[in-house]
Amino acid sequence: MQEVLSTLPQVLIDGLILGAVYAVVALGYTMVYGILELINFAHGEIFMVGAFIGTAALLSFQTAGLLGAMPLWLSLLIVILISSLLTGLLGVGIERLAYRPLRTAPKLIPLISAIGISFLLQDIVRFIAELKTGNYIVTGPSLYVEKITIPFSSLWGGFHDVGFKANSLIVIGVAILIMIGLDLFVNKTKWGIAMRAVAQDRETAQLMSINVNKVIALTFFIGSSIGGATGVLYAQQYSTIDPFIGFILGLKAFTAAVLGGIGNIRGAMFGGLVIGMLEVFAASNLKVLTGGALGAEYKDVFAFMILILVLLFKPEGLFGQAVKEKV
Amino acid sequence: MDKLKSYSSNKMFQIGILALLVITSGAGVYFMEKSVTSFLLLLASLLLLYYTSFSDRVKWLIALGLLVVVIPLATSGSPSQQAYMEVAVQTGIYIAMALGLNIVVGFAGLLDLGFVAFFAIGAYTYAIFASPHAQNLFSSDTFPLSGEWFWLFILIGGFFAAVFGVLLGIPVLRVKGDYLAIVTLGFGEIIRIVFNNLDKPVNITNGAMGLSSIQPAELFGYQFTYSHQIYFIVLAILGLVIFGVRRVEHSRLGRSWKAVREDEIAAQAMGIPLVRTKLWAFAIGASFSGLMGVVFAAKQQFVDPTSFTLLESITILVMVILGGMGSVPGVILGASIITILNLQILTELTGWLNTMFAVPDALSPAKMQKMLFGIVLVLIAVYRPQGLIPAKNRSVDPAKLKEPEDAAQAGRPTSA
Amino acid sequence: MKKVLSMFSVIALLSATAIGCGGGGQTAKEETIKIATQSPLSGNSATLGEAIKLGAQMALEENKEKFKQMGFNIELLPMDDQGDPKKGVANAQQIGADQSVLGVVGHLNSGVAIPSSVVYEKFKLAMVSPANTAIEITERGMKSVNRICARDDFQGPAAAAYALNDLKAKNIFVIQDKTAYGQGLADNFKSAAEKMGANIVGYEGITIGEKDFNGVLNQVAAKKPDLVYFGGLYAEGGILVKQAREKGLNIPIMGGDGLDSSTIVQIAGDSIKNTFYTSVAADVSKSPKGKEWADAYEKKFGKKPESFSFYGYDAMGVLLKGLEDAIKQNGNKKPTREQVMNAVRAIQDYEGVATKVAFDEKGDNKYAKVFIFKFDNQAYPGTLVGEKSKN
Repeated sequence: MQEVLSTLPQVLIDGLILGAVYAVVALGYTMVYGILELINFAHGEIFMVGAFIGTAALLSFQTAGLLGAMPLWLSLLIVILISSLLTGLLGVGIERLAYRPLRTAPKLIPLISAIGISFLLQDIVRFIAELKTGNYIVTGPSLYVEKITIPFSSLWGGFHDVGFKANSLIVIGVAILIMIGLDLFVNKTKWGIAMRAVAQDRETAQLMSINVNKVIALTFFIGSSIGGATGVLYAQQYSTIDPFIGFILGLKAFTAAVLGGIGNIRGAMFGGLVIGMLEVFAASNLKVLTGGALGAEYKDVFAFMILILVLLFKPEGLFGQAVKEKV
Repeated sequence: MDKLKSYSSNKMFQIGILALLVITSGAGVYFMEKSVTSFLLLLASLLLLYYTSFSDRVKWLIALGLLVVVIPLATSGSPSQQAYMEVAVQTGIYIAMALGLNIVVGFAGLLDLGFVAFFAIGAYTYAIFASPHAQNLFSSDTFPLSGEWFWLFILIGGFFAAVFGVLLGIPVLRVKGDYLAIVTLGFGEIIRIVFNNLDKPVNITNGAMGLSSIQPAELFGYQFTYSHQIYFIVLAILGLVIFGVRRVEHSRLGRSWKAVREDEIAAQAMGIPLVRTKLWAFAIGASFSGLMGVVFAAKQQFVDPTSFTLLESITILVMVILGGMGSVPGVILGASIITILNLQILTELTGWLNTMFAVPDALSPAKMQKMLFGIVLVLIAVYRPQGLIPAKNRSVDPAKLKEPEDAAQAGRPTSA
Repeated sequence: MKKVLSMFSVIALLSATAIGCGGGGQTAKEETIKIATQSPLSGNSATLGEAIKLGAQMALEENKEKFKQMGFNIELLPMDDQGDPKKGVANAQQIGADQSVLGVVGHLNSGVAIPSSVVYEKFKLAMVSPANTAIEITERGMKSVNRICARDDFQGPAAAAYALNDLKAKNIFVIQDKTAYGQGLADNFKSAAEKMGANIVGYEGITIGEKDFNGVLNQVAAKKPDLVYFGGLYAEGGILVKQAREKGLNIPIMGGDGLDSSTIVQIAGDSIKNTFYTSVAADVSKSPKGKEWADAYEKKFGKKPESFSFYGYDAMGVLLKGLEDAIKQNGNKKPTREQVMNAVRAIQDYEGVATKVAFDEKGDNKYAKVFIFKFDNQAYPGTLVGEKSKN
């Protein structure tokens, strides 16, 4: 128990960082699901593409000698903007090609198309990365690597000190900014209201002279661009990326969205943080808590168990509203 | 064109073409050291057979003759016999699994993304008891079981998988559609992770190291170790599976599945027990996968968790979707295309490209598997959601139903 | 439907005739002998798999002339096992079917090598493994299976001895990647270290393909060990090292030959310092012969050799030596597979670039040595700091 307590501050911080990534990715799932009732399997891959675009941009800045020429925050901002713009467009393109023709098809069909897009993106990125660098595991430059230590041990002797790199603060900060911005956008602006109207009832919204196609495209653009931006942050945080990072991460983010109540933006944020913290906590402490029977490798089992349990017993999630099926 | 049409509907003409194809490609396989093309054409003769206008019984008989006599005979002359037969065996295994998944996805409309878990359960069921590792586990001299037990384990493996299918099915019945897909995906991953870690606290699966030296199947002292021997086991099981699927499809249960797929609420209103119907779909589908798992373990003589990844589940799903959800011949075709593509065509193409040009490794077709799957899934979803051979429902002519005497004269209802 | 049928039949007929005509075999003056390589050219460990293939390719091309004079044309048949046992076995069947193939260099993953070697054994096809360290590979008593690298039960204890004696580690934390390779190595390290009196303060698994190992590293931090041993490959190893350093864990981190790749330096960057790895290949670039070789490799393929390039090169070299012996024994005619298999097993004094090779009755290399390297700075390979030989 002593051991669990002593690492707790560090576990919470690590969980917070991972959770912030999950939360922002979960937003993309939740927005698309809210409006189309489609699990956009490809969203994890859009996140991955964002990470690759960001890394590629940084690498080309580096070779062009631009990285030293401008302040760090500016180059990070530019990279995030480039990446989110491109992934946003990618999202819109995917919607146009693979989902829009299927809007009236049985529910199974768009899901299959989504899995297809997801595979396609993984392999295209692998292909490009391998052609360019000879290896699809790519390591990019990290911008904020200063180590920060918070002396938790002075707070209470049982705690260990907490160490993390400066970039962690940026991840959390940007994630919070994105969430607040999105919340405001959806709740306060005209487009946001249109979005919610389409989510609630597509036909009626259309009758109210809302351009449904435009709204859906916009949803995909926003969801994908914040996914892409998160990808850049992720690449900064972990510095090494490969084309397959998106799939499992996407699943966990989806779990987060479900946990918080799918279609609910605040729920997704909450769910992401919970899943991130639980995961790091399980990896750090499962061994101790189970007396050595279960190791850290069971942490994914826990993530999936949570998903299954939530879907079984509270499918509307913690913050969602139960929907009665229409006959 | 009309002339051609009349030709092509002529039975003699069809027999001629078929025989010509079988003979030339069979001879190609037999006499040449290695000709993937002629082997593929030999297999394609089965597809051609499907499109002929013979009666079902004749088709089955010819197919049986091709599979049992012609193909083993043709390949036996070639030094590449084992390679051809390996492809045939793996194709057979995947066809059975795809048929199992077809019951769940195609007939009952329940999207299952963790289907390979049942395959793993079947494989491990046999592997645990028939590998030397069993001695540590049970500390008894009767283990490992000899290959004679294989035949019983086919049933046990299928049964275990069915039990797990039901165990998964019970909770899952509460969720629908997309959620079901995600839950089954989670379930598949859990099974794999558990198998990968079940070497502690009690070593059951030997974890990531896998179980090796599994006993091959054995009948009266005759060991089935080569692919051309295992081929017949797979063929026999596949025959049973196809027979079973066709029987079940048109049974009361099969029609209930389709009713549930089309509209759950309406089906329930018509008195179909929703829970039981869905559970049967899970159980039967899983059992096909489980019994092929046993065959797989006996064939590879080695089982480890890397054979049961999510990609594998999705590969099986691609087979079903490509062929046509709910269509038995379609699924068989889909499974054959994908397996042969994976095992032979992409590999051959890579080898060929490498000898012709200096292709950068990133470009090699063998690596493009995922991209191809992706393209297939999207194209099928957008342009041909019913698959290559769409499912057909037996249709009944209402006029004939009204006049029972006429129907009796016409024999059974015509299938269109 | 009828239209489909007629189209189909016409196409089928045409292609069938085409095959009937095009079936004439080649009549080559020289007899072709192929040597296959099987390693993952795609997937997670493609860097290592490709290094094996390229190394083997180089050895083969260097020997081409020699075999030409003996009247044989040797060719490489590179296969991609994708690190997947099913694919490996299917490839093995294809290789076995091709009568011109007389030997196999492979595999990288033990999980693939174990079932595939069952097939080679059936075909009496000699296999020389450049990289499989799992004990089981040669313990099954197969005549066709040989390896030039050190086994886990040699590499693990060698690393343990170095960790305890030279690095003075008392409390050791063991991490493995839950693959056949990582677990085998880590378990052997762990039991040897325990025997030598070390205290194993923790034993954990990570998930391959992940990027966040903070959870496990928090455990490490809590236990305050003197050394971390990692059984796994470079991709995870690099990230693990990097994140450990970010957490302020500046203790030595040690691993096996799976870390022996230039990519690990790319991934971990500056954090790689104070990382150790064991390898069966010496720092070849130090010896003049090795340096020459490395330069030739770089010139030929446009990239620096990895350690597995050396293994691949030597594995192919041994196989070709066996082939040569078999040809001679057979009176300069094409030998059977069985003859090649026996000739390979009989090799007693092959001098490779990285290692000397002589096979014992199980097919293990008597001269397998383990070299211990340390990364002092951000450059691959590390500096040689120790070596352990088998006897």
